[in-house]
Amino acid sequence: MSSIGTGYDLSVTTFSPDGRVFQIEYAAKAVDNSGTVIGIKCKDGIVLGVEKLIPSKMMLPGSNRRIHAVHRHSGMAVAGLAADGRQIVARAKSEATNYDSVYGDPIPVKELADRVASYVHLCTLYWWLRPFGCGVILGGYDRDGPQLYMVEPSGVSYRYFGAAIGKGRQAAKTEIEKLKLQDLTCRKAVIEVAKIIYGVHDEAKDKDFELEMSWVCDESNRQHEKVPEELLEEAKAAAKLALEEMDAD
Amino acid sequence: MDQVDFNAPHSMGTTIIGVTYNGGVVLGADSRTSTGVYVANRASDKITKLTDNVYVCRSGSAADSQVVSDYVRYFLHQHTIQLGQPATVKVAANLVRLLAYNNKNNLQTGLIVGGWDKYEGGQIYGVPLGGTIVQQPFAIGGSGSSYLYGFFDQAWKEGMTQEEAEELVKKAVSLAIARDGASGGVVRTVIINSEGVTRNFYPGDQLPIWHDELESHNSLLDILGAPEPMNI
Repeated sequence: MSSIGTGYDLSVTTFSPDGRVFQIEYAAKAVDNSGTVIGIKCKDGIVLGVEKLIPSKMMLPGSNRRIHAVHRHSGMAVAGLAADGRQIVARAKSEATNYDSVYGDPIPVKELADRVASYVHLCTLYWWLRPFGCGVILGGYDRDGPQLYMVEPSGVSYRYFGAAIGKGRQAAKTEIEKLKLQDLTCRKAVIEVAKIIYGVHDEAKDKDFELEMSWVCDESNRQHEKVPEELLEEAKAAAKLALEEMDAD
Repeated sequence: MDQVDFNAPHSMGTTIIGVTYNGGVVLGADSRTSTGVYVANRASDKITKLTDNVYVCRSGSAADSQVVSDYVRYFLHQHTIQLGQPATVKVAANLVRLLAYNNKNNLQTGLIVGGWDKYEGGQIYGVPLGGTIVQQPFAIGGSGSSYLYGFFDQAWKEGMTQEEAEELVKKAVSLAIARDGASGGVVRTVIINSEGVTRNFYPGDQLPIWHDELESHNSLLDILGAPEPMNI
């Protein structure tokens, strides 16, 4: 629903006559124009994947990480303004360690998502702040099993089986819906996520990209970590193969 | 004979016990609160509720242990609302020990936190004087506990039934009461498991008689049919 909110869009503390806060909607646009970020919850854990667009060939591969560990059991993938994302991650880390110090237990993923969402929402309440221009997919594995949450710039947070944000989110969501997530192990899911990201990457419009993936599952001992090198290479190879087969048709 | 100081700080000499069994925990305590040698309350309840599924046995300074329990109950209540589900025993015990440790210079209370949650089942955590926290299959505390170390070494076993566990606790508190002057009164037990909480109360006549103890008898006044007090 695109429209210009002339006059009602100058401040995040102004509603339009039809009940919208345009500044928040514009913040969401920053997320929509960023590289695709995907998260899926499978049988035994969570897989996060990012299409990290590379603005310059001079950049060192592996730098400018878009997926961050929040606590031993959880990680966050960020889409949108990278600097804003860093703030959110810092806050999430702080909430997680604080909870651990006070309650003696790793923060439940639901609680972490609530706290991150509250913080993002906080910045939509005051005229001297601007909303965060980034969306976050948070995946973690706690006592209640693996859980996936997505937090939007408006501060809403929902729990998902599969979530996608950024440029290729529509196509990505369609692909995710085709997967049988209950039967998928994380090992297989890593391959699928790679295929999806390679699939939604627009060769014509966008520059090169680097695939960044992480998981937290039974195989990784319920710790959040980068997907192991050989599995990542295997996934990239399978994804490239799938692309070629598609092109060959 | 020294004058009794009724305004002295109340202390619970105390015997407190917490024991895990297969399915939950049994907490037990005596009921004597003393000010010096005067028994200020002979029927106190030293087993205090923190949440529906977590209770704490209090020993040492009555005031200090009450205040700590009150704070932890308050924090746990808020935590439960935020979390949307009952707090775990570990979290409750951690909150207790943070207060005990960070205020160690001003507090004198030993606590035993026990309860049941759906993740780990029945658990007992000891939080003695300095504010350490240690999870144990069973814990004993208070002045009366000195007399129970040997007893538990011999009588404790893993995986007891609920009946065995409660019997063990009852027997132990009763033994401590027999030897410790600062413990006495009745034996209270609280059983916590997946089904909920059960409180029990055992007055002297329901407890075993130990070496050198005398059987309790009805007063002769009851047997001989005493006259009305005012008609002498």
